[in-house]
Amino acid sequence: MAWFRRSKENISTSVPKKDIPDGMWTKCGGCGEIIHRKLLEQNLFTCPKCNYHFRIGSKEYFGILLDAGSFREMDRKMRAVDVLGFTDTKPYKNRIDDSIRKTGLNDAVRTGEGAVEGVPVVIACMDFSFIGGSMGSVVGEKIARATETARKKEKPLIVISSSGGARMMEGALSLMQMAKMSARLAQLSDAGIPYISILTDPTTGGVTASFAMLGDIHIAEPSALIGFAGPRVIRQTIGKDLPAGFQRSEFLLEKGFVDMIVHRKELKSTLARVLNLLGS
Amino acid sequence: MARVILDFEKPIIELEQKIAEMRSYSDNLDIAEEINKLEAKVDQVRRTVYSNLTRWQRVQLARHPDRPYTLDYIRLITTDFTELHGDRHFADDKAIVAGFGRIDKEAVLIVGHQKGRDTKSNIERNFGMPNPEGYRKALRLMQLAVKFRKPIITLLDTPGAYPGIGAEERGQAEAIARNLLEMSHLPVPIIVVIIGEGASGGALGIGVGDRILMFENAWYSVIAPESCSSILWRSWEYKEQAAEALKLTAEDLKEQGIVDRIVPEPMGGAHRDPEKAAQTLKAILLEELRALKKVKPEKLVQERIAKFSAMGSWKE
Repeated sequence: MAWFRRSKENISTSVPKKDIPDGMWTKCGGCGEIIHRKLLEQNLFTCPKCNYHFRIGSKEYFGILLDAGSFREMDRKMRAVDVLGFTDTKPYKNRIDDSIRKTGLNDAVRTGEGAVEGVPVVIACMDFSFIGGSMGSVVGEKIARATETARKKEKPLIVISSSGGARMMEGALSLMQMAKMSARLAQLSDAGIPYISILTDPTTGGVTASFAMLGDIHIAEPSALIGFAGPRVIRQTIGKDLPAGFQRSEFLLEKGFVDMIVHRKELKSTLARVLNLLGS
Repeated sequence: MARVILDFEKPIIELEQKIAEMRSYSDNLDIAEEINKLEAKVDQVRRTVYSNLTRWQRVQLARHPDRPYTLDYIRLITTDFTELHGDRHFADDKAIVAGFGRIDKEAVLIVGHQKGRDTKSNIERNFGMPNPEGYRKALRLMQLAVKFRKPIITLLDTPGAYPGIGAEERGQAEAIARNLLEMSHLPVPIIVVIIGEGASGGALGIGVGDRILMFENAWYSVIAPESCSSILWRSWEYKEQAAEALKLTAEDLKEQGIVDRIVPEPMGGAHRDPEKAAQTLKAILLEELRALKKVKPEKLVQERIAKFSAMGSWKE
């Protein structure tokens, strides 16, 4: 058999993996099943065989959760500013421009008003594809404003999180966004208006340590990674492997940090039911 | 314990030692002139070194093992300090200390991160890295301060919230988030002082207030320079560049509109004269408290929320 063994490394492609592939066929990240794009879409980007939830963005979530034609986007044009003149291996300015070009988005969150089965809501959804869903001044300001709109118009607030944490390239200013958003959420809470936090894969760092964990109700998608420190950092700190299922939605449910785990296909009906129960 | 001397402190400390040595036998010899010359020289060296500190050098000063910690400031500026323990749910976290005490006549709650000075005390204090119960203890006592209408002073000095299995199980993120929300609307004056290291959410978790003060050689940012280097440069070697890029010094943060006031340190840093550093802080705290106590609670909260809401930079 030695004749047939590959003596060199396996051939690898230089093209990075995409969250939603462009081709007609997609391999499931959970079970390896090959799924046709049409079927995947019909299944709201979940695997029909193993229920693996593909990572999707604001465009897909607004389509899934909001009534057709109800969405009105707010602060669409807001963009990041390189206030520190930050350069690592690449200037932050270029990173922003490249991400805008590549994703067609202006930053890592989109906000607006819409309706869920007829219930008017204010909604925000993060896009992991934009610099890892990192939270800088734009994310902070847009979510703070969305929270203000929810309070003033007395509409429930829904935030869908997907983020690696705070955006390092904005230094302490990105850290302060956590305080800003939390302060606005305190006012919303004092006004008695519901805030539902939906946690998707992955939600870590400063996003978890601020608005994602401050919902009146926490809904997680199955098997999403949710935590404060990333698994790699924890592994390095304690020098041990992490237990199976650590920091996944099911773990958080068991430990008491999410109220429920909901399959994407039931997300809209669950939201509508909860909003109706809490509404006046 | 051997005295820790940073690289850039070396020329100064060597000269100081030489002067001390000469003084010890100056009784027999007439070398006063020589000593004067050396003193002038050390003065000049000090001025050059400390007026040209790089951001990374400030990070090193902020981490200096002789730098005064929370309990040192408490000892140096309060009377009747009474430490209180536990979050009433799980444990007492020794990486955060809290209690009531008096600064002059003013009874206040002081909450602060606490590091250790040697291996044993560092293990006890978990190197100043709190677990969720630390943040929950802080919140419990801050709510007590509200109940008895006492101002709150928080002292920030942490390399970060602890990234461990237990911390995640007990909701590190939730504990920090809850504090951010609650601190933003507590109806008593809150003064935040960054005394050493202000690393990310672990620092901010007790860092929302009406006045943000920062010691001259402290640092405060979204991430420690080493971790930033390891993520963005994929190597630990770029910590100096990362410190520069993050703009994490007191002056930087004042410019960014995050810090209200810089607390000046004695020449060479707070560790060279802790007493003096503490007295400077005490005077500033009393001044800020006097001003904040005049503001009505509702207005205080409104202004606090407005203060944090104004932070950030974007275009539209």
